[in-house]
Amino acid sequence: MSIKRFFNRSRWDDERARELESYVAIETDENIARGMAPEEARLAALRKLGNRTRVREDIYQMNTIGFLDGAWRDLKYGARLLRLNPGFALVAILSLALGVGANTAIFQLLDAVRIRTLPVVNPQQLVELRIADTKGGRTGRFTGRRPMLTYPLFEQIRDRQQAFDGLAAWGTTSFNLTRSGEARYALGIWVNGEFFNTLGVKAMLGRTLNVDDDGRGCASPAAVVSYGFWQRELGGEASAIGRALDLEGHAFRIVGVAPPQFFGIEVGRTFDVAVPLCAEPLTRVQSSLDKPDVWFLGLFARLKEGWTIERATAHLAAISPQIFQLTSPPRYRPEDTKSYLAFKLAAFPAGTGVSSLRRDYEASLWLLLATTGLVLVIACANLANLLLARATAREREIAVRLAIGASRGRIVRQLLAESLLLSAIGAGGGLLIARWLSQFLVGFLRTDSNRIFVDLTTDWRVFAFTGALAVATCLIFGLTPAIRATSTEPGAAMKAGSRGSTDSRERFGLRRSLVVVQVALSLVLVVGALLFVRSLRNLMLLDAGFRQDGVLVVNLDLRGSGIAGQGRRAAFEELSARLRALPGVDAAAEAFIVPVSGSGWNNRIVIDGAARTQNVNFNEVGRGYFRTLATPMLAGRDFDDRDTTQSRKVAIVTERFANLFFEGRNPIGRTFQVEEGAGVERPVYEIVGLVKDAKYTDLREEFTPIAFLAASQEAEPDPFLQVVLRSSAPLATVTSEVTSAVSAARPSVIIQFQTMNSMVHDSLLRERLMATLSGFFGLLAGLLATIGLYGVMSYMVERRKNEIGIRIALGADRGSVVAMIMREAATLLAAGLIVGAVAAIAAARWTSALLFGLHPSDPVTLAAAAVALTAVAALASYVPAVRASRLEPTVALREE
Amino acid sequence: MLQGTLDLLILKTLALGPAHGHTIGYAIERQSDEVLQVEHGSLYPALHRLEDRDWIASFWGTSENNRRARYYRLTPAGRKQLEEQTNRWDEIVRAINRILRPA
Repeated sequence: MSIKRFFNRSRWDDERARELESYVAIETDENIARGMAPEEARLAALRKLGNRTRVREDIYQMNTIGFLDGAWRDLKYGARLLRLNPGFALVAILSLALGVGANTAIFQLLDAVRIRTLPVVNPQQLVELRIADTKGGRTGRFTGRRPMLTYPLFEQIRDRQQAFDGLAAWGTTSFNLTRSGEARYALGIWVNGEFFNTLGVKAMLGRTLNVDDDGRGCASPAAVVSYGFWQRELGGEASAIGRALDLEGHAFRIVGVAPPQFFGIEVGRTFDVAVPLCAEPLTRVQSSLDKPDVWFLGLFARLKEGWTIERATAHLAAISPQIFQLTSPPRYRPEDTKSYLAFKLAAFPAGTGVSSLRRDYEASLWLLLATTGLVLVIACANLANLLLARATAREREIAVRLAIGASRGRIVRQLLAESLLLSAIGAGGGLLIARWLSQFLVGFLRTDSNRIFVDLTTDWRVFAFTGALAVATCLIFGLTPAIRATSTEPGAAMKAGSRGSTDSRERFGLRRSLVVVQVALSLVLVVGALLFVRSLRNLMLLDAGFRQDGVLVVNLDLRGSGIAGQGRRAAFEELSARLRALPGVDAAAEAFIVPVSGSGWNNRIVIDGAARTQNVNFNEVGRGYFRTLATPMLAGRDFDDRDTTQSRKVAIVTERFANLFFEGRNPIGRTFQVEEGAGVERPVYEIVGLVKDAKYTDLREEFTPIAFLAASQEAEPDPFLQVVLRSSAPLATVTSEVTSAVSAARPSVIIQFQTMNSMVHDSLLRERLMATLSGFFGLLAGLLATIGLYGVMSYMVERRKNEIGIRIALGADRGSVVAMIMREAATLLAAGLIVGAVAAIAAARWTSALLFGLHPSDPVTLAAAAVALTAVAALASYVPAVRASRLEPTVALREE
Repeated sequence: MLQGTLDLLILKTLALGPAHGHTIGYAIERQSDEVLQVEHGSLYPALHRLEDRDWIASFWGTSENNRRARYYRLTPAGRKQLEEQTNRWDEIVRAINRILRPA
């Protein structure tokens, strides 16, 4: 009833007016009947009734929901004011939308990779099983994205555990979808039979895998495809179920499609095809299923009802000794075996899945969230300043309203309504910007070799976050000006004439402190931006020991060529020679590992019978490798025709190697052995060359000792050939030439290309992300602070027109007026810079882990940021200063 | 006038039959032998409140001297309310009398 009346309250009011009018008419009639003159009769009737307006107001109040009505009217009034000041509204909404949008976008990413749980049934029951403390280190081969366990370990855990309702083991890989020509890869996972049931993921179409699909030695295995793959590659047709799918040259049967929201277990990544682990031998050159030293599986488990993580961990610890005893790799050295047998399994919470994205970017994202938070604070300070100026202009109006009895709370509420309107529109715009920005961020992080996938649906957390931001900003920038505006004594404000008491030192002090805060915060952000930009620059300019420009990496898969082990060496040499002979190719060489690609191979060496503790990185390269990568040869010779499978084993080492193991003396002619397990032959390598140091796995690392072995001495290589190739010809020309040359020689070879530039580029992703975003936010912060300073200085000039006019009339020259205003601005700027410098030094330590080649409190960076801010600030205050000096005293004084 | 008694007086007046605001005001004054003087304006918020509670209902009609007027009549709920409030009033009066004139 009340709500209905609320919306009909003006109709009700009309009704009352008519009713009261009818009373007056009846009473007037009766008064006339009593003998009064008509005029007098009506007046008496009105007197008898009392104050009609008050009656109507009383009834109106009864019909209305007081707060709602007031709020609605305040909002309408606020909207009208904003329409009257489109410039102010635009600046306010734009800066808020940018601030809120940036915050929301970063939060959205954090939410997606850090906070949200996996799209499976009861994710809180999921735990990850892995070795609690890998003291002494794990030895062996590590492949895939989560190499936590070996297959024999998984089997033992599966057969012995009693704590879990089901286990979900998975290993990641990529499956080539083509049988020849240029390779096309699908993201694959090998999973155990229980995988989908343990997670509680049901097929959208067909069925998921079950235990029967995962019998050892399966010959024509089943495959479950992801929703995305089904749409993209299989046309989204139901008939795809039962069809055959070629993976690594083997036919798989598609039995089901996973639901759209299921992206796998790794946040930040998706999968295309899931096949049972029993099919692993079909898709790999050498199966790892029986290898106790090949780590390639991740393992999740679902806790049984009533089991806690602690209880499960205790249970795992109890069965660990037996499990590790039974799976101890026979090829291990005694010390490796010792640490292996001491391992203990444990359970870790895994409801939010695992994520390398999280590991690599979580710190960066939190830092960026802090950055965008500061940008938003600066934007709020700007708005607070603008609103303070507006409040001053409306001071007399507010004083009048206070004087005639408006309550202070009521006026504060009205002023806040306008702020709320601004922040709500700003937050709405922010959501739109966030959508675009987070997509940009994900696109930024996505590379050819790392196809990241982040579910960016806006969930309630993002909405709550944005809503909270809107309210918080509204309070930050709106509340103080509103309270300030209403705290004036009405009498004082009215008396003060056109120059309100807002000019007082105290009142103006608030606006000045806001500018100081803005300058300080933007200095912090500009310093941060410069640190990240300089870090990136350091990494890009650093002498990595090779030149990646113009280097193409060619990967050849010879598995389909039918060339047996012994014939491969000759085939490799022939293919390398063909590529080297191509027109436009300056140099080409076989390379087992491409620097900074992320792959590595290390081992310890033995010199003169003594094992050295320092690990050495290895690579196996063909002749011309150093010329191709432009790594200078310092002494000795490159590999050549003399180095065959029959000749003496040779090696080329780096300076760092020579310094570590030969005390910097010329290592040519010296020998070393590679440490191997017991019973394995240890060939002796003679050092024939010395090259300059080069980076190995990562640009950020220190130079490590590297030993290059001769590819030509590897008798039975795996059927994969990787060639690095330097050419000055356009990329497209080179790739098509290489493709036709290889196809002509070996039609069944599968080829894949990558430029070394893009590999290096991708390896600096985090640095580029931080440099780009913090640079952008630093600029934005500087811009906002400049606008703030400009606003305050212009406003001050405006309010002091009178005084400046008098000064000029009394003979002050223009220069001294400019100097006076600039001095004023310089004080604010200096205060801001000092506070900012302290804050920047305090805050910079959070960045130290993300910096390269410079200290967080780098004085040059700090100075550069201060100079840059000073320059724009000087410009921003020069304009109002000049305006002040051009005042016509007569005009300025007449305005009073 | 005592708080809440105006509502009771309006309900009692309407118990005699439908009436408009003007009639109600004069009726109260007349019935009380001009002791209770009602500010006629204050009747209308009270009428509105009673109608809001569904104790009375309103309709537009024509007055004795041919004027359009808004008439009010008692609803069954209002009649019950009148009974209850009258009883309560009697109780209060008896209680106050017991204090003022102890037997």
